[in-house]
Amino acid sequence: MERKIEEQESNTTLLGAVTSEQNGRTGSVLLDYLKCAAVGLKIDNINRSFGDNHVLRGVNLNIEPGETVVILGKSGSGKSVLMRHIIGLECPDTGRIFVAGEDINDPEFKRNHVLAMVFQSSALFNSLTVSENVALYLREHKIFTEESRIKEIVSSALEIVGLQGKEDEMPSEISGGMKRRVAVARALVMNPEVILFDEPTAGLDPMMTRTIGDLICDLKHQIQITQIVVTHDIDLAFYVADRIAILSEGRILEVGTPDQIRSSTNSGVIDFIKPQFA
Amino acid sequence: MNGVMEFLRTTGGLLGLFIETLYWCKSAISNSDKVFAQLYIIGNQTLPVGALIALFSGGVLALQAGPTLAQFGLEENVGGLVGLSLAKEIGPIMASILIAGRVGSAMAAELASMSVYEEIDALKTMDINPVRYLVMPRFIAMVLALPVLVIYMDVIGWFGGGLVALVNPEVHLSLDVYYRNLSELVDFVAVVNGLIKAMFFGVIISIVCCYVGLKTKGGPREIGYSVTKAVVMSFVLVLVSDYYITRILLFLNID
Ligand SMILES: Nc1ncnc2c1ncn2[C@@H]1O[C@H](COP(=O)(O)OP(=O)(O)O)[C@@H](O)[C@H]1O
Ligand SMILES: [Mg+2]
Repeated sequence: MERKIEEQESNTTLLGAVTSEQNGRTGSVLLDYLKCAAVGLKIDNINRSFGDNHVLRGVNLNIEPGETVVILGKSGSGKSVLMRHIIGLECPDTGRIFVAGEDINDPEFKRNHVLAMVFQSSALFNSLTVSENVALYLREHKIFTEESRIKEIVSSALEIVGLQGKEDEMPSEISGGMKRRVAVARALVMNPEVILFDEPTAGLDPMMTRTIGDLICDLKHQIQITQIVVTHDIDLAFYVADRIAILSEGRILEVGTPDQIRSSTNSGVIDFIKPQFA
Repeated sequence: MNGVMEFLRTTGGLLGLFIETLYWCKSAISNSDKVFAQLYIIGNQTLPVGALIALFSGGVLALQAGPTLAQFGLEENVGGLVGLSLAKEIGPIMASILIAGRVGSAMAAELASMSVYEEIDALKTMDINPVRYLVMPRFIAMVLALPVLVIYMDVIGWFGGGLVALVNPEVHLSLDVYYRNLSELVDFVAVVNGLIKAMFFGVIISIVCCYVGLKTKGGPREIGYSVTKAVVMSFVLVLVSDYYITRILLFLNID
């Protein structure tokens, strides 16, 4: 109920604002640049142990192109581990992950597809300024040779996350919420087909949590990108998700639209989503 | 048993990183800005202290050897003695210890904190190879800078030795005589000997410090451990390998 009212009050945030008055606003530069090629994703029976700790015990999940799926799970349930498998930082013991039908551990995969991740810790490069952080991918992969084009894209990306004018600050000088948004900008300029968010609101105040939630919704509506959000923040999950998957004991307990999850009869799900202070 | 496994794993890891770094040296030209940035840091960190250390080390060599040589009337050989010791042994070792302590430790700390705070993972997700982006420029910069630092410290050390030989009443050798003897005994090959050593030490220090940094897991405490470990390991490997490199250079007649 409350959600609906808040939604109406603040639907002119970020991307919304940028695109509604496109003339002269540089946010559209990035939107034009992004190719918006939404792809689907299939997680097929992933198992992973660390020593005796069997963290992922057969995770199965299908994600449709352009969908925003939230994976909800308790701390330590293996959410970050799952994300690290999807982005290719870890290899599963058994099981495979497909993006647009191609195995992510295929050597050819990286040439054809780009996935981006916003880390729980933001993971900005501390020795680089905000704009250098965002530009790094473009520079290192020599995507543009003209410095002016890089500048344009970077400031457009920063504008989309609401950080125009912060180009020259160092990561150590900005707040946690800003860092998280710089990390989103850094992910966006990679022109990814899938963005992964690992606990995007962890450690942020309620206002900033809301801003990040709006940002994820805006990305969904404006560029139809496939997004996977991992979190233990139930409010955020219901706010941004097309579908919610509950991760528990190393398995996906249930998948469904927010309404289906709300009316679930599975006791594990009910325990998880019931208000803690009600 | 565990210790043996650990030793083998570290040795293998160091060799692996070394080979991968050599491979990425093919991109050195297009990453020359990063190499220059590292060279600039190394210069800033080592040149002032290096001058001070070299001056006094040269001085102490003359102070130790001068009076003894003077007892036998051989004091004009102070120049050669100071010159050769610095060029072949003390220069490369001092420069290595200075670079490992000031630059290597900072490299280890930087890479360790990048590992701990997921920056290395972020690089990988951006399809930027950490060895190309981080290790290769540091490696090249150190391998180039260390020999230069050795020449710089040699020259200042020679001068320090000359000063002490001049002012020490027991030796009291004019700079002219000191320099003539030095230039007679220290030939080009002796200096090259030191420079070859220095390059090897540059390889060892940069690879060890980057390897230990990149392998760091955990939190802030582990960053501290890694820095200590990298510096100690660099010192030990430099001093031990010095013996073997000297043997090889003797065998090859480069001495
Ligand atoms: N590299 C690793 N080595 C050993 N254990 C790990 C590693 N990464 C994660 N784990 C373990 O996996 C479990 C899940 O961790 P994680 O995915 O970080 O949880 P979360 O759901 O809070 O993100 C934890 O018990 C953690 O100890
Ligand atoms: Mg986590």
